[in-house]
Amino acid sequence: MYEKHLMICGATGCLSSGSSQVEEALIEELEKHGIKDKYRLVMGGCPGFCEVGPLIVVYPDEVFYSRLKPKDMAELVEKHLVGGEIVERLLYKGPDVDAPARFYDTIPFYAKQKFNVLRNSGLIDPESIDEYIMRGGYRAFTRALNMDSTTICEEVKQAGLRGRGGAGFSTGLKWELTYKAPSSKKYVVCNADEGDPGAFMDRSILEGDPHAILEGMLICGRAIGADEGYIYCRAEYPLAIKRLKTAIEDAERYGLLGENILGYGFNFKMNIKEGAGAFVCGEETALLASIEGKRGMPRPRPPFPAQSGLFGKPTTINNVETFANVPLIVKEGGVDEFVKVGTDGSKGTKVFALAGKIRNTGLCEVPMGITIREIIYDVGGGIKGGRAFKAVQAGGPSGGCIPDELIDLPIDYDSLNQAGAIMGSGGLVVMDERTCMVDLARYFLSFTQKESCGKCTPCREGTKRMLEILNRISEGLGKPEDLDTLDSLATSIKDSSLCGLGQTCPNPVLSTIRYFRNEYEEHIEEHFCRAGVCKELFNYRIDEEKCTGCTACVKACPVDAIKGEKKEPHEIIQELCTRCGSCIEKCRQDCIMITPVGSEADVSN
Amino acid sequence: MSTVVETREAVTEEIDLSKVDSLIEPYLGKKEMVIPALQKVQDHFGYLPRPAVERVSKQMRIPLSRIYGVATFYAQFKMKPRGRYIIRVCKGTACHIQGSPKIAERIEDILSIESGETTDDLRFTLEEVACIGACALAPVIMINENPHGRLTPDKVKDILDSYQ
Repeated sequence: MYEKHLMICGATGCLSSGSSQVEEALIEELEKHGIKDKYRLVMGGCPGFCEVGPLIVVYPDEVFYSRLKPKDMAELVEKHLVGGEIVERLLYKGPDVDAPARFYDTIPFYAKQKFNVLRNSGLIDPESIDEYIMRGGYRAFTRALNMDSTTICEEVKQAGLRGRGGAGFSTGLKWELTYKAPSSKKYVVCNADEGDPGAFMDRSILEGDPHAILEGMLICGRAIGADEGYIYCRAEYPLAIKRLKTAIEDAERYGLLGENILGYGFNFKMNIKEGAGAFVCGEETALLASIEGKRGMPRPRPPFPAQSGLFGKPTTINNVETFANVPLIVKEGGVDEFVKVGTDGSKGTKVFALAGKIRNTGLCEVPMGITIREIIYDVGGGIKGGRAFKAVQAGGPSGGCIPDELIDLPIDYDSLNQAGAIMGSGGLVVMDERTCMVDLARYFLSFTQKESCGKCTPCREGTKRMLEILNRISEGLGKPEDLDTLDSLATSIKDSSLCGLGQTCPNPVLSTIRYFRNEYEEHIEEHFCRAGVCKELFNYRIDEEKCTGCTACVKACPVDAIKGEKKEPHEIIQELCTRCGSCIEKCRQDCIMITPVGSEADVSN
Repeated sequence: MSTVVETREAVTEEIDLSKVDSLIEPYLGKKEMVIPALQKVQDHFGYLPRPAVERVSKQMRIPLSRIYGVATFYAQFKMKPRGRYIIRVCKGTACHIQGSPKIAERIEDILSIESGETTDDLRFTLEEVACIGACALAPVIMINENPHGRLTPDKVKDILDSYQ
């Protein structure tokens, strides 16, 4: 019997900020006190709050320790584990709380969240099938074994579950179509090729609760009559792949995968395929081609995968998060519970990856229908460094930006579509006044242009032409007619591309033009980038009145372009300056201005 | 059974073809498994040497042209040898808006190579990746398995110097 369980976040975010060193130090301290056997240490899934990692949660006390360093472990062991006293110093602190906060109930980041998909993440050992089963795991699957296909599809339809991967197609309907397709061989495919830059929801689910995916896929297999499944996972997610492999082995050992599962005459074989780095493989027909060992290029639909998918057989493809929702719906009384959360057209919750210039970077799961304001200010804790909120990019390179004036927009499939963004996979990248919207559009387009597979002309050539124009604008060579040209190119690419990549890739350009047209015009007509991003279009200047001569910027400059004696106002030598921005990061007096090239005055405010 | 191949000026490498055979043995007869087979070969050699790819083609009975088509389609496969240290600059959205282009530029300046290239002494290879998923540490780079986060251009030189 263990006295306490210590869950150390072992997901990629915390590992990057050093959680394995923290674990080593913790083990060392426990051994020093000779009490290692009394405590169970688990490198667990992600509790979501990457910003303050590495994290340890102590159960059953439910104490949440954040920003841990190896040297903190001595105190944690001595005071909390041995002495039974909470180490206040290591609790969550922030401007959004009055006193150090202990856990979910008191940390504002968690207050508005609703854990469905992330129900087990960070709470159980992702490498233990027993813990998953103890939390009610595989119960929905055993229920499904006693149901017929139509009833399962019907329940998923009733729950109103829509695909969490992007387009938001009804999951139950998709299953039903595959079920009705006549074939003796069918497949279930899980799309875990999470490629949107700035999105890491699926990875956290895979790393934190791999059995939920297997269970969702098994239920789908039962519903559509498939006996084989593929999980197509990015090779860049080694930890997720390792945990999936363990989960599959355990499920096979328990008779939950394999032949004649639990004596019901149902067979299911699970395979993992590692992607090889191609964004377009997130598109379903391209993904199937890649599993078949071909170049990952999409093909026209119809036929849809439900009729002719993997190896020409009827196939259901769903995203990771969609599958993770399935056991919640198919369990006893699941539908009623599921539809209680969300809006009319969008049921349930959605996991978002919050990133960018926001205080609380991390993963959050919120009910559909929550507003952007609530996500950014209540969950996300507002903008980093107290700057002004400018826009949020939803849906990555296929999505669009949502500006300040739409901050009270509820997040659901239909509202986002209307605003010119998409739900996408769930990346929310927050931008402040130092983000240039022209550069952002250029960034997304250069990504999709590189990732375009080249099969169809509108996407291959069109993105290239659009990118050339955007490059020109950001270099100060824009022409007045450029915006119209961009608009007409974008419309043609949207209308005529073969797959989702091409059909959605102009979205970031269209939505930034729609909401930030003035910024484009300023680039084109005044050759000025007020955000201080497009290098040819601004200078840094030091405000002599404000500068106290602290030399912080002089030291930070990697090219020695700032001169000035201590306590004398400094000056930037424009010929040497590379506009890397190191100085503006370091300046505490806020005296470095972003000015148009050749101008002395600060017009950025 | 080995061939000597000129992979780069002044660098010659022995490609052990019997090793290739044992790596791809589980995939023989399964043409759809060509991607995992190439992944295994690349894991071993660090890239896809031409003789090894030719061997895969022969053993798996897939035309070389088709294997080449697959290998060049996916970003993961490298046709040239790479450096001892692989620098991956995260170009995810969160990193981009927090200054990863400036970090990449600084690295390019210091090493005098561009993204996708390797230094002549095979010390560093510079690559871009779409997203490492460590957005809380933006802007972030990985050098082999080590992440370096919350970077500013002035920190880059010291970090690179620590990898000899």
